[in-house]
Amino acid sequence: MYIGIDLGSRTVKMAVWDGERLRDYKIVESGFEPHRQAEKMLSGLMPKAVVTTGYGRHIAAEYFADGVITEIKAHAAGIFHHFPDCTTIVDVGGQDSKVIALNAAGKVSNFQMNDKCAAGTGRFLEIMAGSLAFTLAEFGAAALASEQEVQINSMCTVFAESEVISMKNRGIPREHIARAVHSSVADRLASMLARLGYGEMVAFSGGVARNPCMVALLQQKLPEIQVVVPELPDLTGALGAALYAAQVS
Amino acid sequence: MSSFEIKPYPEMWKALDMDVPRFDKMRLMMGDMYAKAYLSQPNRPDGMAYFDNMIAEIHGGRVKELLAAKTEGRPVIGTFCVYIPEEIVLAAGGICVGLCGGSQGSVPDAEKILPRNICPMVKSAFGFKAARICPYFQAVDFVYGETTCDAKKKTWEILDKLVPTYVMEIPQCKNPRDIALWNEEVKDFKAKVEEVAGKTISETDLAAAIKVMNNKRRALQRLNSLRHHNPTPISGKDGLLIEQIAFYDEPVRFTEKVNDLCDELEVRIKNEVAVPATGATRIMVAGTPMALPNWKIHTLVEGAGAVIVNEESCIGTRYFKDLVDETVTGMDNMLAALTDRYKEIDCSCFTPNNERITQVIKEFRDSGAQGIINYSLQFCHTYNIEEIRIRQACEAESIPYMFIESDYSPEDIGQLQTRVEAFLELIGE
Repeated sequence: MYIGIDLGSRTVKMAVWDGERLRDYKIVESGFEPHRQAEKMLSGLMPKAVVTTGYGRHIAAEYFADGVITEIKAHAAGIFHHFPDCTTIVDVGGQDSKVIALNAAGKVSNFQMNDKCAAGTGRFLEIMAGSLAFTLAEFGAAALASEQEVQINSMCTVFAESEVISMKNRGIPREHIARAVHSSVADRLASMLARLGYGEMVAFSGGVARNPCMVALLQQKLPEIQVVVPELPDLTGALGAALYAAQVS
Repeated sequence: MSSFEIKPYPEMWKALDMDVPRFDKMRLMMGDMYAKAYLSQPNRPDGMAYFDNMIAEIHGGRVKELLAAKTEGRPVIGTFCVYIPEEIVLAAGGICVGLCGGSQGSVPDAEKILPRNICPMVKSAFGFKAARICPYFQAVDFVYGETTCDAKKKTWEILDKLVPTYVMEIPQCKNPRDIALWNEEVKDFKAKVEEVAGKTISETDLAAAIKVMNNKRRALQRLNSLRHHNPTPISGKDGLLIEQIAFYDEPVRFTEKVNDLCDELEVRIKNEVAVPATGATRIMVAGTPMALPNWKIHTLVEGAGAVIVNEESCIGTRYFKDLVDETVTGMDNMLAALTDRYKEIDCSCFTPNNERITQVIKEFRDSGAQGIINYSLQFCHTYNIEEIRIRQACEAESIPYMFIESDYSPEDIGQLQTRVEAFLELIGE
């Protein structure tokens, strides 16, 4: 049994790989001490090796992990497992968005990652949902149902929030604004992909890939290619780390 | 290891009209930062002790030397750029000193006046003067600015109200008429320095100064080529530190100490002493200068087990790769030789700037690096845009490449650490 743990900015994910298939998984809130959460998840398990990834990867390694890889390598391994022919990944998590190019062997050949601001991340969507009084689940569904689109110009979380507030106060229905917020993130992801270059299939991983509107809009912005989402997209990094653990032990 | 102190000189600081309580806090912080980043490194060369002491005395011993020079009537001139011909200042018996501009601490002071979305180096430097927290700024007779970027050239107008600021026009192209203008600017600079020094620079003075500066550059070139040895005998952090100290130390003494260190490094190479460890991934940095105490990228890269072996930067090879022709005689010819040397500097403020693209690839090959991290300060438009051409050149040569745009604040450390580690993973595969 090999375990991969992805200590992300919002959630801690654990994948248990038995050498052939995903045997079990857990997802919990990161809390204040993500490595303690991870330790709790591990209690009672007797893995051959534990590999960590995500923001908490190094602190976890101080306590229990046998190996550490970046989220970029972990997502590459996870997606290669799900879609061996896929050479491009979009991963949008709580704090980062990344685009990753893979070679035919599933190794990272290039990548880009957002810099210091929260633009185009899960956190951005979360703040905008809050500003429109949606839960995260409602947010994506409402945006998907909206037919009409208004334009959000700012990708900066702070300015976009002001823009959303002024739209609300102009009486624009919140579904339309929700759609615009999603559309602006999809535009940003599409331009990150254009800079990196992409193949015929793009895999969308990370927690934001659970949002149906984000997936639909990304597909709409990239009509010439196929956007695929793995089962449990937020578990991709943890699964990749578990696969890596199995591979190196 | 933890007991490193940047020496306090409160009396002298007070006499320099500094904000002493505030500066003292910064001094303690920088001391801690230095201990953590530098003294924790294993297996440093003994020759680094001199440079450690230059940091311990950064706000004291060296400033005392400047003040002593001033009492002898020698001019002390603050600069921000490698385009200011230091030879002229030296020839007049003066001292050239690179001013503070590499810390987040003074940025909020600058943002009370300057726009927020401009270069962090310009903001940091302006903030040091505005808040009176840089002894060098307080000690200089005047600042010599240049026109290498819009943020700087417009900030000089504001800075001039706080400290006399003269501006040397650096052209944007390198056509014969631009070089002619530049040569006139070098002559004007000489006239200004002579006026402040109260002395006419003779050919002999200038010839001697050219030798001093060339020897300093040769020592730095020697250090750089020793860093290229595989395995490298000195960390990238230490290499960068020496390049940073080059901007405020006394040139003759500095040259001697760099050469002493190089002697030691040659012995290390013979004895196969490696820093950090044999097999560490070798990274070259290209791009904008990293002014003291900006060790952000080096700390991340070397913290991840790799080593930096070359800085293609103003605080790096751009400062020392070119020498002045020492064989020229006659004042006008010598000034033309200076212009000739300074025009070889390949700053991204020039267009076209094909030399730099070639230079980056050449330094990559010379240094035996395995990948390039191109670093640009936020809002540095010319380096940020030139990034596209560097990236294309790296793609064409199949050189692993990553671009980082950042400033002095620590808020993006998490993302940068992930990116640096992923880049090293990519090179390793």
